[in-house]
Amino acid sequence: MEKNKLTKVDLIFEDDGKCPTGVLDKVKSMNPDEIIMNMIDSGLKGRGGAGFPTGLKWKFTKGENSFDKYVVCNADEGEPGTFKDREILDKVANKVYTGMAIAGYAIGAKKGFLYLRAEYNFLLKKLQKELTEFNKIIKEKGFDYNIEIRSGAGAYICGEESALFESIEGKRGEPRNKPPYPTVAGLFGKPTSINNVETLVYTTIIMKYGVEKFKEMGTQDSRGSKVFSISGDTPTAGIYELELGMTVEDFVSEFGDGDTKAVQVGGASGMCVPRKKFQDMIIGYEGVPTGGSMMLFNSTRSMYNVLKDYLEFFEEESCGQCTPCRVGCRQLLKGIESVKRGEKHPSYLEDLKKLAGTMKLSAKCGLGQSVANPFISIVDNFKEEIIY
Amino acid sequence: MRDVNVIIKEKIEKFGKERQALMPILQGIVGDKNYITENDMVRVAEALDLSAAEVYGTTTFYTFFDVVPRGKYVIRVCKTISCHLSGKDEIIEALEKVLNVKLGETTEDKKFTLLQANCMGWCHRGPVMLINDEVFPELTIEKAIAIVEEYIAK
Repeated sequence: MEKNKLTKVDLIFEDDGKCPTGVLDKVKSMNPDEIIMNMIDSGLKGRGGAGFPTGLKWKFTKGENSFDKYVVCNADEGEPGTFKDREILDKVANKVYTGMAIAGYAIGAKKGFLYLRAEYNFLLKKLQKELTEFNKIIKEKGFDYNIEIRSGAGAYICGEESALFESIEGKRGEPRNKPPYPTVAGLFGKPTSINNVETLVYTTIIMKYGVEKFKEMGTQDSRGSKVFSISGDTPTAGIYELELGMTVEDFVSEFGDGDTKAVQVGGASGMCVPRKKFQDMIIGYEGVPTGGSMMLFNSTRSMYNVLKDYLEFFEEESCGQCTPCRVGCRQLLKGIESVKRGEKHPSYLEDLKKLAGTMKLSAKCGLGQSVANPFISIVDNFKEEIIY
Repeated sequence: MRDVNVIIKEKIEKFGKERQALMPILQGIVGDKNYITENDMVRVAEALDLSAAEVYGTTTFYTFFDVVPRGKYVIRVCKTISCHLSGKDEIIEALEKVLNVKLGETTEDKKFTLLQANCMGWCHRGPVMLINDEVFPELTIEKAIAIVEEYIAK
């Protein structure tokens, strides 16, 4: 058997004392373009799941000519199977705030917002206390910047960046048409860099340890390490920071229970990888990307029940604004139920796959577009379980 | 329960009279009495100079902004995949018995509402429930009952 290629890393949760002030002094001694070049050079990609290069996002936002610009930290972690941002905010919130301050300095924003999902309200008091202190420290250091926390109210869709802006603005969390992208017209219509909690912590780490330390980890397309949320049929569920570039096989041999038949990579909106593909599938942008959610299923689980659970989730969480998603989610759910009950011929699954494909092409935002990921990967790999 | 107009005034002082004050205001009202009435929405609309329809539209979009009367303690049991696999159905069944309500209902004394909700971000320690803002992970039937009985005694 090949050597296990899984490497545990301890950067994100490393104890940094009360506030990584040294990093802020270093940031202050560099000019914004230098910082952005560092981020581009590091190869850091967004850790929320979409994987847009962070440095480029900052570069585009900086390039916009506007007096008002914003940094938004997306802490609306709602993807089923993802819980790493909660732990990061609980343990090392100051590194998140520092990342927001670095972003603000780089793009020329005076204001940052952290949008926290309502399910994490229990963290609010502590976060607010740490933030008040942080705002004071950066003011003393001469940063013309401060951060506010805003809360959500139980809508998964507000994790979509433009829906999140709408929500902060006091509206229904309905995604906007793109373009314009947030770097051009984001929060309050102003250029905005919106980054995931974990991404912002990595910007702090890159500024502290330098680009090389980050770059030497991972692969060409997936640099660095990443925090994984591991759940399902595993004896060691929890939060782990791992170097990128491992295969699903490497992952399962470390975290599986010996009977893993499938791994759902990237949450409900991600891909289901069956056992026969473990060996070749790399976890990262060259294979299956993930915002960190890794859910393991063993052979006692019905993949029909798993898919049905996901579809119920999407049907409820669809904002209802565009027809492909509103109607599509419902029809996919009804469709597999009909096939299961024998009311529809198994070949109906092919029609449903076409519908999922249409949603991918025509839905307005990532929610509707990504329903095809679990749907097609589960139906293709576990057809018998869906039918019988 | 506090006067809604007082909550509105406090939030406007902090967040301004612009529309972005709407979410904090609604959160303030829900934080106080766990649901928002149509009358409250009209008050909010007047205070922010918005149409009541806009306020209604925003309020009803969000799951945590309940618009029907809820108990003093709203229990939300996570129903998404990991908690589903680890036995949330049995937890709900046990709580239904203890509280003598069906899922979605409020107890007669208006103290508890039993709901289920989507993923709360505790997949490695499920099943989990929220009681108002407080989190209770790693539930067993016995543990869930004991927690709720503590609230009953409150």
